[in-house]
Amino acid sequence: MHQNQNEMKLEFDSRSRNESFARVAVAAFMTQLNPTLEEVADVKTAVSEAVTNAIIHGYEGRVEKIMISCRISGNVLEVEVSDTGRGIVDVKKAMEPLFTTKAECDRAGMGFAFMEAFMDTLEVESAPGMGTRVRMSKQIARENDHMSAQSEISDAPFQMLSPSGTGGL
Amino acid sequence: MNPMFTIAGTVMNIHLPAEIDHYNSEQIGQETDRLIQKKHIRCLLFDFADTTFMDSSGVGMMIGRYKTMRFMGGTVMAVHVGERMKRILTLSGIYRIIDIYEDLPLEMSRENGKEA
Repeated sequence: MHQNQNEMKLEFDSRSRNESFARVAVAAFMTQLNPTLEEVADVKTAVSEAVTNAIIHGYEGRVEKIMISCRISGNVLEVEVSDTGRGIVDVKKAMEPLFTTKAECDRAGMGFAFMEAFMDTLEVESAPGMGTRVRMSKQIARENDHMSAQSEISDAPFQMLSPSGTGGL
Repeated sequence: MNPMFTIAGTVMNIHLPAEIDHYNSEQIGQETDRLIQKKHIRCLLFDFADTTFMDSSGVGMMIGRYKTMRFMGGTVMAVHVGERMKRILTLSGIYRIIDIYEDLPLEMSRENGKEA
C-alpha cells in the first residue's frame, strides 16, 4: 500500500516578525493531513517556540538564517527547526521547565516544555558554537485513517510546492 | 491612546490581539508597564476575547506584569479565556497566580462602569 509522503523546506531571516510566518507556513503544509483545529494550534505553538528560541537564544538578535524542514510520512508530521547560532551548553538543563538564561527579558522558561506538551516527540541536538537542531513529531488525525485514500492523488512531485488543501488558510 | 488599553479608575483592561508571540509581547509589556505607572493602576485585566494564539512569550509577558502589580499591591486577572487559551494558561502554571475567568466577572463589569 502507498504511504502518504511529502516534504518541504524553508529558510528565512531570524527576524521576530517571521515567527508568525513560520508557524503559519507549517500549519498550511500540515492541512493535507486533515488535522483538527487543536492539532494545528498545537503545532503552531511548538513551531513558534522553536523559532523564538533560535532568534532570542541562538542568534541573540543577530539576523542570520533559520531553517525549517517538514516531512509527512503516513499520518505523522515531523518538523525540524535548526539554526547555526551559539548553541546550548547544557541541553538537559535548558529543557527544564522554568529554566531560562534571559529572565530579565520576561522569558518564562517554558519553550521546551510547550514543545514537549504539544508534540508527541521532541529531540534537541546542540553544542556550544555548533547551533541547535530541534526535531519534533506528531501523529495527526488519529481518528480519520480513511484520509489515507488521499495519498493516491498526492504523490505527484509538484505537490511538494503546492500542498493540497491550503486554501483555507 | 492605544485602543488596546481601556482604563476606568484604577482598573485597566488590556484587549489582547489575535496572536501573541515574541514579536508583539515585548511591546504590549512595555506599554502596560508605562500605563501602570502613569495611571496608578491597581487592577489589571488581560482580556483574551479576541485571542486565538499565544506562546510562552505571552506567558512571560503576563508573569512580568504580575510581578509589577504584586510589588505595588495590585491584582491581575485573565478574562474571556476560551478553551485554547485556558490550556496554555493551565499548562504554564500561570492559573495558580492569576485568576482566570471564562467571561467578565460581574463585579468587574460593574466597577469598570462606575469607578471614578
